[in-house]
Amino acid sequence: RKDGCRTLSLSAHVGFDSLPDQLLRKSIKQGFCFNVLCIGETGIGKSALMSSLFNTNFEDSPSTHFLSSVRLRAQTYDLQESNVLLKLTIVKTVGFGDQVNKADSYQPIVDYIDAQFEAYLKEELKVIRSLFSYHDTRIHVCLYFISPTGRSLKNIDLLTMRSLESKVNVIPIIGKADSISKTELQEFKKKIMSELVSNGIHIYQFPTDDETVSEINTISNGHLPFAVVGSMEKVKIGNKMVRARQYPWGIVKVENENHCDTVKLRRMLCTNMEDLREKTHAYYELYRCCRLEKLGSRDVGPENKPVSLQEVIEAKRLEFFLEMEIKEEEIKQRFVQRVNEKAAMLEEAEQQASMPILTKFEHLMLMHQEEELKLGEKKKLLEDEIAQFVEKKAIAELIQSQVSVSTPVVSLK
Amino acid sequence: PCAGPVENKNEAAMSEMVPEPRQKPVVPMKPIGINASLLGYIGIDTIIEQMRKKTMKTGFDFNIMVVGQSGLGKSTLVNTLFKSQVSRKSSGWNREEKIPKTVEIKAIGHVIEEGGVKMKLTVIDTPGFGDQINNENCWEPIEKYINEQYEKFLKEEVNIARKKRIPDTRVHCCLYFISPTGHSLRPLDLEFMKHLSKVVNIIPVIAKADTMTLEEKTEFKQRVRKELEVNGIEFYPQKEFDEDLEDKTENDKIRQESMPFAVVGSDKEYQVNGKRVLGRKTPWGIIEVENLNHCEFALLRDFVIRTHLQDLKEVTHNIHYETYRAKRLNDNGGLPPMTVETEENHESNL
Repeated sequence: RKDGCRTLSLSAHVGFDSLPDQLLRKSIKQGFCFNVLCIGETGIGKSALMSSLFNTNFEDSPSTHFLSSVRLRAQTYDLQESNVLLKLTIVKTVGFGDQVNKADSYQPIVDYIDAQFEAYLKEELKVIRSLFSYHDTRIHVCLYFISPTGRSLKNIDLLTMRSLESKVNVIPIIGKADSISKTELQEFKKKIMSELVSNGIHIYQFPTDDETVSEINTISNGHLPFAVVGSMEKVKIGNKMVRARQYPWGIVKVENENHCDTVKLRRMLCTNMEDLREKTHAYYELYRCCRLEKLGSRDVGPENKPVSLQEVIEAKRLEFFLEMEIKEEEIKQRFVQRVNEKAAMLEEAEQQASMPILTKFEHLMLMHQEEELKLGEKKKLLEDEIAQFVEKKAIAELIQSQVSVSTPVVSLK
Repeated sequence: PCAGPVENKNEAAMSEMVPEPRQKPVVPMKPIGINASLLGYIGIDTIIEQMRKKTMKTGFDFNIMVVGQSGLGKSTLVNTLFKSQVSRKSSGWNREEKIPKTVEIKAIGHVIEEGGVKMKLTVIDTPGFGDQINNENCWEPIEKYINEQYEKFLKEEVNIARKKRIPDTRVHCCLYFISPTGHSLRPLDLEFMKHLSKVVNIIPVIAKADTMTLEEKTEFKQRVRKELEVNGIEFYPQKEFDEDLEDKTENDKIRQESMPFAVVGSDKEYQVNGKRVLGRKTPWGIIEVENLNHCEFALLRDFVIRTHLQDLKEVTHNIHYETYRAKRLNDNGGLPPMTVETEENHESNL
């Protein structure tokens, strides 16, 4: 079981040089998948470009400008070229750049990319899994459409591209490039690239380590961002139908490399498809690392001794269990407290409800008493008056009787 | 599901192994895409070349195990298969070299290259198998070794920061050598294959086939096939893993007619009809190893190396390894495995 293996020479043909073919045969049977994400403002030509890149008509309805937030729409197509079956998924942003406040525009995009990583991770972590037949939805390449202003990148471009940096391969392209003249285009491209560099934003670089493709890839790297033109319509030129845009002053041919970089983009995407997929997997590994670390696992413990995932998860589980116990206690206590509170409330309410009746009664009693008193006083007064009157009457009658006995007529003086 | 207490050890060893049904994963349907026809050449088919380049750059690992009693020609056969001295022959016994008292596992790796394809070939020899007086449970060290390789891979896979390419030491193919008795399989053969066909791809071969006539060979093969079937031993290529009709027809033919391959190995060359061929020289003629009329070595070589090598690796990875992983995680309550040292201490800690 040593790792130092010696090299042996074969005395005759063995036949394992057919191994790559065996492997490819299986891959071809299974088919390939490729997932493209197009980010760009509404109306910048995402659908037209996709149809042009893959020289097919992807049916898609134009979207409105009045969405309140950015959404993503995915559509899967089955393509076949010679013996290669490709499941192509095109994901487009809907409503990007339409909102008044674009601060959160990039978030739904980042969330979508993460969600695909998450789905893959979930499948990988299953006990009974089937990775070899899993439909990979991870985004392999992101085409970022830059508006053909001719000036510079917008803030939202910088913000979005930065948020995508370590998550996906980003290829910036200039949409509707037929609205910029050739000289303006050169300046524009230079400006964009220098802005990306000065803002420290890393975009996808076509690989240059393999001699067979390094030359063409280096050249292509120098053409970034690709200035693309797309068209759903075809125009008759000569006796052929050519994908083009017809203007009064001329015809922009999509497949003409002098007119635009669409063919360059197509070539680069196809010849570097495998590299894009590999790099996507590397981004996935990064995501997986962060995710597992967040779940509390470490590869190396506090004394720098390798800690197995098991131990850490066991510790977490214990922690979690204790937490749950405490929470349970808390909830129980809170419940009891609430019950008591409610009971107290009910009692008080009962008291208060019965209080008004008592007070009323007492109040009435008081009033009654007061009235009685008053009446009593009045009665007394009245009785006094009657008594006085009776007295007066008696005196008056007495005087009357004395006056009638001796009646000298005395003149009253 | 573990069996209850075993009363008789012998009984347990010879008991009927009820094969645990492999749990099939829930495979979500791949989304049916809208069929779009390309109106011109795009260049998507270049991906094949890209993949080919990638695989040739990274190279391949292949691990083959040979099991059988000593003297059956295992090392010679492996050397003939790979046309080089990958296995050190134990013929020419030194006085000091004894047959090991227990089954030993010896893995030796070599790097070989052909047509730009680099292969790291590891041959795992099992000296001592079937050579003891009492051979009870002599497959256990082998099963243990195979599971250890799965464990190693699983540990690497479960790491947070993991290697871009996990080194693969898992046994992709196990050649089991059957003695050319001409009668039937021995109990040891059945026991070994019953236990091990669940964890590894087993390819049974009839060794030293030059001791049988054509009729004896055909009869013996038929009998062996029948016995394997009756005992529920699924050798590679297993019926349940045929992916489509094409595979099934091809593999059915191999399963029902060719296997087990009756082989002869040799590393010596002789002149026959003006050509130099590998063969064995006997007083009554030269047995040409690569002549299909003489023996089925060429069939075995084509099967293992030229057509099914990648499939052997894939079945190991997608089926055997996954079965091991699922069992391991289930035993641990869905958690990845612990370090090896503590494995013996904690039986089922969760």
